[in-house]
Amino acid sequence: MVNEIIKLEGLTLKNPVMTASGTFGYGLEYADFINLEDLGGVVVKGTTLHHREGNPYPRMAETPSGMLNAVGLQNKGVDYFVQHIYPAIKDIKTNMIVNVSGSTIDDYVAAAEKINELDNIPAIELNVSCPNVKQGGMAFGITCAGIQQVVTAVRKAYKKHLIVKLSPNVGNIAEIAVAAESCGADSVSLINTLLGMAVDAETRRPKLSTVSGGLSGACVKPVALRMVWQVYKAVKIPVIGLGGISSATDAVEFMLAGASAIQIGTANFIDPAISVKVARGIVEYCERHGFANVSDLTGALQQ
Amino acid sequence: MKNMKTISKLEIIIKKCYGNVVFFLLRGDSPLPDITAGQFVQMRVENNPNVYLRRPISIHDVDYQNNTVSFLIQEIGEGTCSLGALAEGNAIDVVWPLGKGFTIANKGDKVLLVGGGIGIAPLLYLGKKLKENDVDPVFLLGGRSAKDLVRLEEYNGIGEVFITTNDGTLGEKGFVTQHTLWNDRSFDRCYVCGPLPMMKAVAGMAKMKNVWCEVSLENLMACGLGACLCCVENTVDGNVCVCKEGPVFNINKLLW
Repeated sequence: MVNEIIKLEGLTLKNPVMTASGTFGYGLEYADFINLEDLGGVVVKGTTLHHREGNPYPRMAETPSGMLNAVGLQNKGVDYFVQHIYPAIKDIKTNMIVNVSGSTIDDYVAAAEKINELDNIPAIELNVSCPNVKQGGMAFGITCAGIQQVVTAVRKAYKKHLIVKLSPNVGNIAEIAVAAESCGADSVSLINTLLGMAVDAETRRPKLSTVSGGLSGACVKPVALRMVWQVYKAVKIPVIGLGGISSATDAVEFMLAGASAIQIGTANFIDPAISVKVARGIVEYCERHGFANVSDLTGALQQ
Repeated sequence: MKNMKTISKLEIIIKKCYGNVVFFLLRGDSPLPDITAGQFVQMRVENNPNVYLRRPISIHDVDYQNNTVSFLIQEIGEGTCSLGALAEGNAIDVVWPLGKGFTIANKGDKVLLVGGGIGIAPLLYLGKKLKENDVDPVFLLGGRSAKDLVRLEEYNGIGEVFITTNDGTLGEKGFVTQHTLWNDRSFDRCYVCGPLPMMKAVAGMAKMKNVWCEVSLENLMACGLGACLCCVENTVDGNVCVCKEGPVFNINKLLW
């Protein structure tokens, strides 16, 4: 029997597989296909202090082995989440984690304070890396000073496990991760989407209403894997790896490169049951290679 | 439990080609889910590395007795061409049934089903469901040319069929909105599926005549489950997912 439990600074996962924010709704959208309680965690859609309509259509363009999105954090605001969504998900026996985003430090803090009051939300994932909103989001996540400001402020307001989701659209992601760690982050997750663009040659127009958007899917995996490895070597807090993971083998690669847990994102669109298949596949890998604990995979890259 | 969404492998039993439109009759290995006319499936494209996402395809017909479901696929891009290249005996991985379908009219209502091009596909099953409810469907089907209008015998089998073609090779020459039927007949309800400009034009006529009208949208989708928020349509209720709150919308919900 392989022990699948993963412990991240006060947050216990029954296995290392979580689903990535923005690709899994509130979990309920996938409840027909999988038992959500078979997952280590579910990171729900990005939530902001106030209601956001998001960007105009079109918001999506398919690319080779991936896709661009420009959703722009469409959500009904944290109060709506607390009143209408939390009651529907609070009894799901896995870690239901809320991704929190904002345009100002005060917005982040106010939203985090409200989530802090919810007993069955054990963690938030601070989104300082959304490429699709003009003010804030990624603006905080691309400089050490920006990340220090927002993480310090949210750390004061939020008492439970604080994950900081990092942007890959930076020069040195390890420096940014260290800045987040030094200001009280309990873990970091990476990568958010890579800035990209798609053009329709026939109409001579951009394919996204915002011109550029966030690239995700299998095509980003090598970049994500490299960044997980860099960050793993730079920080002491756990690293949650994501970016193009589509199979158990992909997930194992991220863990070997230093991830303590992983998230499945865009692959959920191609196979709505992929997350639980990955969790099973990781166990099979451990059995095959004689690992007693899934957590032993973390950083086990041989050089 | 029967109306849950599921992932199925469906085997291609019959394939027929009509120009760039492919008809597939597929059989499931387990009993079919409950399907509402106007719902769709997300088909996985497994034989083309350039295609990453599933392709939303509307359900053309359902036969519970034989456990079969059929689709019309127009080969217009890499995804649909790869699907169209599949042969009898191949299997297609589908996530289904998805979205909200058409509202079935009340017994005795006079209904018009307007289809344009490949948009005629979901109207066949809708026509059958209406007929089951003692509503006689009248079809108004338009295409650029006679060859674009496929399987007309199926539509003829369940209701009156009126045709327009842009080049006049079949039925009246012109657009569906120009058919003389609009002057001669009145309807209580109108169902529309086709290219966006055509649906907007028909919706405009329905509004003018004060006729209840539903249209089926086909915004670009990624997940098909209401999770990614990519396929939104701006409505009186703000941006909503076409895959989950639609694809069928009453025109009074749209900002057209």
